[in-house]
Amino acid sequence: MVMINLILILLVGGVLAMLSERAGENMPRRVALTVVLLDIIYLLSHLSGMADLTQLQAPMPDDPSTWLMHFKAQWIPAFGISIEFALDGVSLLMVMLTLVLGAIAISSSWTDVMAKRGFFEANLLWTLAGVLGVFMALDLFLFFLFWEVMLIPMYFMIAIWGHENRGYAAMKFFIFTQASGLLMLVATLGLVAVNHSATGQWSFSYFDLLNTPMAEQTAHWLMLGFFIAFVVKLPAFPFHTWLPDAHTQAPTAGSVILAGILLKTGAYGLIRFAVPLFPEAALDFSFTAMALGAAGVVYGAVLAFSQTDFKRLVAYSSVSHMGFVLLGVYAWNELALQGAVMQMVAHGFSTAALFMIAGSLQERLHTRDMREMGGLWQQMPRMGAVAMFFVVASLGLPGLGNFVAEFLVLLGLFQVNPWMTAVAALGLITGAIYSLILMQRSFQGEPNAKLEGHSLTDFGRREMLTMAVMMVALIGLGLYPQPVLDMAQPVLQSLLEMTSVEIAP
Amino acid sequence: MADMIWLVPLIPLLSAIILMLGSAILPRLLIGLLGVGSVGLAALLTMLLGLEFLANPEPFQLSLWTWMQVGNFSPSIAFYFDGLTLVMMSVITGVGFLIHLFSTEFMEEDTSYARYFAYLNMFVAAMLVLVMADNLLLLYLGWEGVGVCSYLLVGFWYQDSANGQAARKAFVVTRIGDTAMALGLLLLFTELGTLDIQAMVGAANIEWQVGGTLPLIACLLLLGGAVGKSAQLPLHTWLPDAMAGPTPVSALIHAATMVTAGVYLIARTHGLFLLAPTAMMIVALVGLATLLMAAFTALMQTDIKRILAYSTISQIGYMFLALGVGAWTAGIFHLMTHAFFKALLFLGSGAIIHYLHHEHNIFKMGGLRTRMPVTFWSFMIGSAALAALPMTSGFFSKDQILLQAYQFSDIGPLLWFGGLLGALLTAIYSFRLVFVVFFGKANTEPEGDTGWRMAVPLITLCTLAMIGGYFIIPVADVFPVASGDHPAHWVEYVSISVPLLGVLLAYLIFQSRQLNVDRWVSSSVGQALRRFWLSGWGIDWLYDRAFVRPYYRISGLLKNEPIDAIYGLVVAINQTFNHWLVESQTGRMRWYVASMVLGLIVLLTLALQIPALQPTEGAS
Repeated sequence: MVMINLILILLVGGVLAMLSERAGENMPRRVALTVVLLDIIYLLSHLSGMADLTQLQAPMPDDPSTWLMHFKAQWIPAFGISIEFALDGVSLLMVMLTLVLGAIAISSSWTDVMAKRGFFEANLLWTLAGVLGVFMALDLFLFFLFWEVMLIPMYFMIAIWGHENRGYAAMKFFIFTQASGLLMLVATLGLVAVNHSATGQWSFSYFDLLNTPMAEQTAHWLMLGFFIAFVVKLPAFPFHTWLPDAHTQAPTAGSVILAGILLKTGAYGLIRFAVPLFPEAALDFSFTAMALGAAGVVYGAVLAFSQTDFKRLVAYSSVSHMGFVLLGVYAWNELALQGAVMQMVAHGFSTAALFMIAGSLQERLHTRDMREMGGLWQQMPRMGAVAMFFVVASLGLPGLGNFVAEFLVLLGLFQVNPWMTAVAALGLITGAIYSLILMQRSFQGEPNAKLEGHSLTDFGRREMLTMAVMMVALIGLGLYPQPVLDMAQPVLQSLLEMTSVEIAP
Repeated sequence: MADMIWLVPLIPLLSAIILMLGSAILPRLLIGLLGVGSVGLAALLTMLLGLEFLANPEPFQLSLWTWMQVGNFSPSIAFYFDGLTLVMMSVITGVGFLIHLFSTEFMEEDTSYARYFAYLNMFVAAMLVLVMADNLLLLYLGWEGVGVCSYLLVGFWYQDSANGQAARKAFVVTRIGDTAMALGLLLLFTELGTLDIQAMVGAANIEWQVGGTLPLIACLLLLGGAVGKSAQLPLHTWLPDAMAGPTPVSALIHAATMVTAGVYLIARTHGLFLLAPTAMMIVALVGLATLLMAAFTALMQTDIKRILAYSTISQIGYMFLALGVGAWTAGIFHLMTHAFFKALLFLGSGAIIHYLHHEHNIFKMGGLRTRMPVTFWSFMIGSAALAALPMTSGFFSKDQILLQAYQFSDIGPLLWFGGLLGALLTAIYSFRLVFVVFFGKANTEPEGDTGWRMAVPLITLCTLAMIGGYFIIPVADVFPVASGDHPAHWVEYVSISVPLLGVLLAYLIFQSRQLNVDRWVSSSVGQALRRFWLSGWGIDWLYDRAFVRPYYRISGLLKNEPIDAIYGLVVAINQTFNHWLVESQTGRMRWYVASMVLGLIVLLTLALQIPALQPTEGAS
């Protein structure tokens, strides 16, 4: 029930936020923030009641009773569809990331959304609810439902509160994810049918569908259905083209949620479904997947460099960073997987912060075009220093979370394919190139003459507090990542064991 | 005392954090006190540690916490302390303290006083972590940390885009080397199962053969990192541009400490390099090529800081040469003496630039001998040590390198000769600087001479540059013992006299003008050579064409996302069909009837093709 409540609080909270607009212009954002904080407190209160988190037992992937939480209720018994939620270390990490970044996203849109605030905050909360559902649903039908549901409020956020080209971006985002979602639905139905013919039972439960025996060819096609759905979302090269548009056009809070959380549903799907359901097919496919990952790392970084739009540059940096996740997942060993999980968390913070900075700049300058910027440090030293911090985080400075992630991925990958590692390591160089040019074009250099007369207020207390949370998080992840690693470790360990048994003759 | 070793990097780090958070509210006096005091305190602690260590020279290790633990990969935040660490820490905190003190006067007028000291303190902390690290991953943390601080300080005056350009170049070029080094770390961990330096070298000596492929690859990858950070060929191009930063920064980062990190790295992992003789040979050759290339270039520069920058590249070349021939102690010794005399020269040039309205061109100076006496003597002593004139600190260290190079296998004499040629050039370019800047007629009038906060560091460094050669560095237990035999006496005599010859030549050409080289210089070959050397052998030009511009071009071509064209095609096809279908909805009845009839005919024709629907032959 805890898991359902987590989602319900957000859903109901969204309605409340919408209604609260009648009580005053400023009410919706306060209600929304309260709701998310309540959700966090609710989650923490239940976790503290449970066994020591640092001593998580290894959950058996196919035995839900060993998981942290499990809930199952009949829904459509005729087809074996049920309302089934479960939580293990990895999903718990993702749930926490979602809620924290959710709160940060609300803070980031404190002043920039002026119209229909109630509906805006409602959409934001409903997106979070959908994402929580994705991270916790373990009935494949339910998972698909949440997968589709989380898109709709996000679509509204882009289409209503987005920037100049919002209609195009929102539609592109919707079609890409919708089309790939359809592939996943087909693959899911195929998998269920195969399982039915093998066991005579209709079931959409993850736990029943693991270890479904099937022909090699079938497995390949079904795996591909899931794979494409997830890498479109991730996004991986060459399915990434929706992302720069969506990120650039979305309002700040939308970009924060998109980059910080929604992308991670793709990575989560790969780790949870695409590989464990079809271990052999995934193994055969791993070279292609890793090649796409390495290509994405470099391609995203090269394209980021030439962008003149601040947000677009950050968007392409996401493509590059998510390449590391894809590499980590398909290297499929403990080091690389831990790196991938770490990257999901660290990238969530670093990119969310950069999007917030972009949003703050747009609010003050009414442009995202870096050709109109330059020398901003002089008037806004606090914002400049904060930007510098997140830029060096994103280029992988040791001591911050992103480095731990990238190094672990590379270390794991090296054991599988040293040459691929060398290609991916080019991302360290190209990453430095685009990160530093971002600082140069916006905050350094001579103050842009076009900016004269603009009153540029530096970050205030609310903004600094939000940024400080993320800075502390990244330093913590960089110098003592063990709590996160420990949370994911038992899950990854047992996944590895299960798939290695599967693959062994 | 040993348990408190973590305080040494922590104190400057905390100071940096306080300075950053309080930059807007702290009074200037307090900023200076924090900035200088924190490094002074670190120096004091280092001294105490050193005294304790010299009384009982036992290396020790201190582990603070496990950084991360994944499977059997468990690097720690841990420090290792031995004689080599002590030497490096002393240089960093000692010279660092003097340079911080100098900075309080140099940067006095700057509006970003707090930001400057915050960065500088942060640099000291990162550099200390680099040399104190017990494992290569923590070393890499310090390594990247100093890189970022260097970037921040080179681009300190960010309003000028040229500074930003130089800062980015410094970071990106060194990052290329760093990436090779990171790959080296991956290889070492994958093959040897640990990154703890002592354990790793031990494992390598058990599992790897001398001359094997793996040690060679591992050493070359580490060397990649070292040539990047230490500005050796082919990754040296960033250092001359890095002079865009404030001059004390050049003294600390780009002369005394960070640029010698590569030398430290190779010395620290010398147990690996001994397994790869080919790699060592490459180290020696890289050093030789670099020291000659940079010395020729330094000869032609007119910007005082660029002369010193190329000189630094050249001197680090000597250190690489030393490492390559296995003269570990001599290499580290030269690292230390170089830190003294080159910091001295940079600070001296800082004083000149400060009091000469930011003039960099040596030919617009002149006659400063009487006007800036402290600076003049600093330059005299510093240049003497740089040129390795007898009795100066530079003499002791460079002489050792040359003699040991001579004894190195077959090509020893060749390496020695190259080094000697470099020494001749060094003497010429350093005394060219002295004669042009301090003698002759005054072209620009200085505003005064150094105050005490500049004079004290200069005088202290003068002393060190003079007597530093008599120090004995406690690294006997760190490195394998060098062979005891000496080369023939004539080798020694030649090595000593060549620098003197260089000074004489410089005097004849630039001071007394008895030796007229104008005819050579103005000949077409001379002009071409001059331009070639002035531009640093055209290497920047080459890299610009080969890498920078193609990168811009590719990135620019891809900017608008060619892949989206594929998806655009799908959209276009859809729209075309949509268009056709919309066209067909004319609303005219006869069109609809006509198309229905046409469709019927087509269907019937198709049906006739299907065998099952054919009337059966011969059926009655």
